[in-house]
Amino acid sequence: MDEVKLINCMRCGMCLPHCPTYRETFLETASPRGRVALIRKVTEGELDQSERLLDYLSLCLDCQACASACPCGVNAGELVAEFSCDRKGGEGLNFMEDLILRKLVPHPDRLETSLAPLRLYQRTGLQRLVRHLGLLKMFPKPLERMEGLLPTLPARPLRQEIQEITPSVGTERGTIGFFLGCVMSLIFSEASRATIQLLTSLGYKVITPKNQVCCGAPNMLGGDLAGLQTAARTNIEIFAGFDLDFIVTDCGGCGAELKKYGHHSEGAAEAFSAKVRDISEVLALHADELALLLQPLPLKVTYHDPCHIAHCQGIRQEPRQLLKLIPELSYHELEAADACCGSAGTYNIAKPEMADRILQRKLDTIAASGAEVLVTSNPGCLLQLKKGLAEQLPEVRILHLTELLLQSLRPPSSLNPS
Amino acid sequence: MDSSLLKELQQIVGEQYALSDRASLAVYGYDSTPELESRPGVVLLPACRDEVIRIMGLCAAAGVSVTPRGSGTNLSGGSISHDQGVVIQTSRMNKIIEIDEENLTATVEPGVITSTLHRQVEARGLFYPPDPGSLHISTMGGNVAENSGGLRGLKYGVTADYVMGLETILANGDLLRTGGKVVKDVAGYNLNPLLVSSEGTLGIFTGITVKLIPKPQAKITMLAHFPAMSDAALAVSAIIAAKVIPATLEFLDKVTIKCVEDYAHVGLPLDVDAVLLIEVDGHPVVIAEEAAAVADICQKHRCSFFQTAKNNEEALKLATARRTALSALARLRPTTILEDATVPRSCIAAMLQVIQDAAKKYDVTIGTFGHAGDGNLHPTCLTDERNQDEIKRAHQAFEVIFDAAIAMGGTITGEHGVGLAKKKYLPRLVGESGVRVMRGIKKAFDPQGILNPGKVV
Repeated sequence: MDEVKLINCMRCGMCLPHCPTYRETFLETASPRGRVALIRKVTEGELDQSERLLDYLSLCLDCQACASACPCGVNAGELVAEFSCDRKGGEGLNFMEDLILRKLVPHPDRLETSLAPLRLYQRTGLQRLVRHLGLLKMFPKPLERMEGLLPTLPARPLRQEIQEITPSVGTERGTIGFFLGCVMSLIFSEASRATIQLLTSLGYKVITPKNQVCCGAPNMLGGDLAGLQTAARTNIEIFAGFDLDFIVTDCGGCGAELKKYGHHSEGAAEAFSAKVRDISEVLALHADELALLLQPLPLKVTYHDPCHIAHCQGIRQEPRQLLKLIPELSYHELEAADACCGSAGTYNIAKPEMADRILQRKLDTIAASGAEVLVTSNPGCLLQLKKGLAEQLPEVRILHLTELLLQSLRPPSSLNPS
Repeated sequence: MDSSLLKELQQIVGEQYALSDRASLAVYGYDSTPELESRPGVVLLPACRDEVIRIMGLCAAAGVSVTPRGSGTNLSGGSISHDQGVVIQTSRMNKIIEIDEENLTATVEPGVITSTLHRQVEARGLFYPPDPGSLHISTMGGNVAENSGGLRGLKYGVTADYVMGLETILANGDLLRTGGKVVKDVAGYNLNPLLVSSEGTLGIFTGITVKLIPKPQAKITMLAHFPAMSDAALAVSAIIAAKVIPATLEFLDKVTIKCVEDYAHVGLPLDVDAVLLIEVDGHPVVIAEEAAAVADICQKHRCSFFQTAKNNEEALKLATARRTALSALARLRPTTILEDATVPRSCIAAMLQVIQDAAKKYDVTIGTFGHAGDGNLHPTCLTDERNQDEIKRAHQAFEVIFDAAIAMGGTITGEHGVGLAKKKYLPRLVGESGVRVMRGIKKAFDPQGILNPGKVV
């Protein structure tokens, strides 16, 4: 643990109003300032790592809203994650964590196969039967929640379907390496399809390397730094095999992690990270051209900032700018748009009660915005908000940014070939 | 903490809201003041006035000290409790009870966040001006207890100027009501101003009624760079002398300018000595005239750059340098000691010179920004708590600065309070008789000395 990072916190409290768990509890132990103080007192030997203390720290969503607010550049979320990582050191994984993080996530084929029973479960109508009969009540609570979060899966993961090279529409202006996130590929493949189509429509050739692996972010959840480093090395090597202008992802979580590869090691990792862009950043570069390709969508739309986009990557303007390009779309800003939705990786399964309170706040602001479409750009948020909207605001649709843009994209035949 | 007392306190607020585990107590021992820390015995989060009354009753009977706390952003150690003392955090008492549009008042519980009140009253075309730097997290109870100021102090005054009525729980658990919604009230001693800025030593507020005013219709934001500090200071005086009272008249010195530019790259020239951010608000016709007068005065005082914001977006951009001042300074070194020595505004140039000389003499880095219009400066020392020698020199420098402020007819603290951190300097400012009267008042309110003991006097 880097002592200076802890000492830099001057306890001004500027982070408190931005922390979702402090807003809910008013407890110093549930605030970024309090978490930094707890970690500091442990490292200085003033406090033991009691169960209670670890429990307090585990309430952190790692949404990093505190980092955006901190005048001194302290990142309490990251410090908590680092502390947990140091503590677990990859050794403290339980059977399920080990299975998922070590045996499944690093191997896309296995991960995809593991979801086959789920797909079967949904397609055979078994899901409807189970839900209808209330059989889920017989399952352990976390499993019931996981089931509730799951939207209908696509027939096949996108990774298996997409060709490695998608040519540009019209004259080629450059080449993009597409980093296909695990959850995007497995669950939100339509959004990633839209991402590729938008890029090719703007003249990019899109290369989606088949053998790319998970970005490694989930490894850090289990304190498995070595797992993350292996994932990073694999991906860096794979993408280095192509001549690319950018490496693009439409998953906020992957983008945040890929941009950090360069922090762990120099050289190739730095070069890799320097090329990584969120899809909104690349589309915004060509906003003028994109505007010409879009047709009217008379919809009331609002945007939820994913933590991994707004707080971790500092991207706030681009998604809004892109939405406003769509003719006749009326944009409604969401109150506290960059407040976490409570998804936060596996948080909504690990801390369901707090996750629900945080989600409720978000749903209230969505209802108040009067929007009929909620746009966001991270799979975790999509899962969490989809479930919340289905339960409370079924009239509001939720879409990934690229899905809505694609709906507005003129069919290629109507485009002027120039 | 006595276990039977702890049990009784738990019964009042509920176990969930009585924190006594080691980890919790460890993080309630600090506020935003550097270097000060204690270890309270229990932290209570009552839900209502009646719970506060019962807590105070029990603590008075047991002779246990009680320290009220809002969000813990105090800068003078005022919300740091006695070791083993009781902390009452008011955050759960956060209801806006009433916004009375006929009498132009708002009545709130002490845990209401200042900016929440701003939003609620502004949605009705009304205005509650006090805006301390921590407004997004500071509580109204804390603002009243500290008499918080803010950027708009020059034109609109401070918290005390808006407090009309208070509901206070005294040390023995009795309820005291002072003032109310009437503009004129001369019945007996005027206790409101005494309770405002009492820093938790005289009572705990459970209800606060503040005055509201109509929201200004428009504002104009301006920015001026001055190559010479003396010209900036003279411009400030000249603006006021021209009978223009800006809502905001903020200042950055050379050290701060350099830090802001290094950190935020907002395009400040490094060869200027001072930057002024000026905002006038009110009727559009009036402020247009005022803005023209300000521009004229700044130019006459040899500003090297002057810009008027054309819209809200530009206004925000112009304010960036001032808004990032603290961040920029705080990032330089691990420890930031932020003070608030205040002088009559005619003495600003002299005060800035004193600060520069003290920093040089004691070899410490001090950046100064703040509210030039009302003489309230924030000399901010950038240091490292691990370097005991440097910390000692920082305190020596501040001692010189406080003494100079007193000599100029100013004060040791304009808005942060005395608390623990400035207690040593208070007698120099108010003298023996001042201390005696203050101690007498403390004794009249709290004969046992259990309310936030050790603070102020």
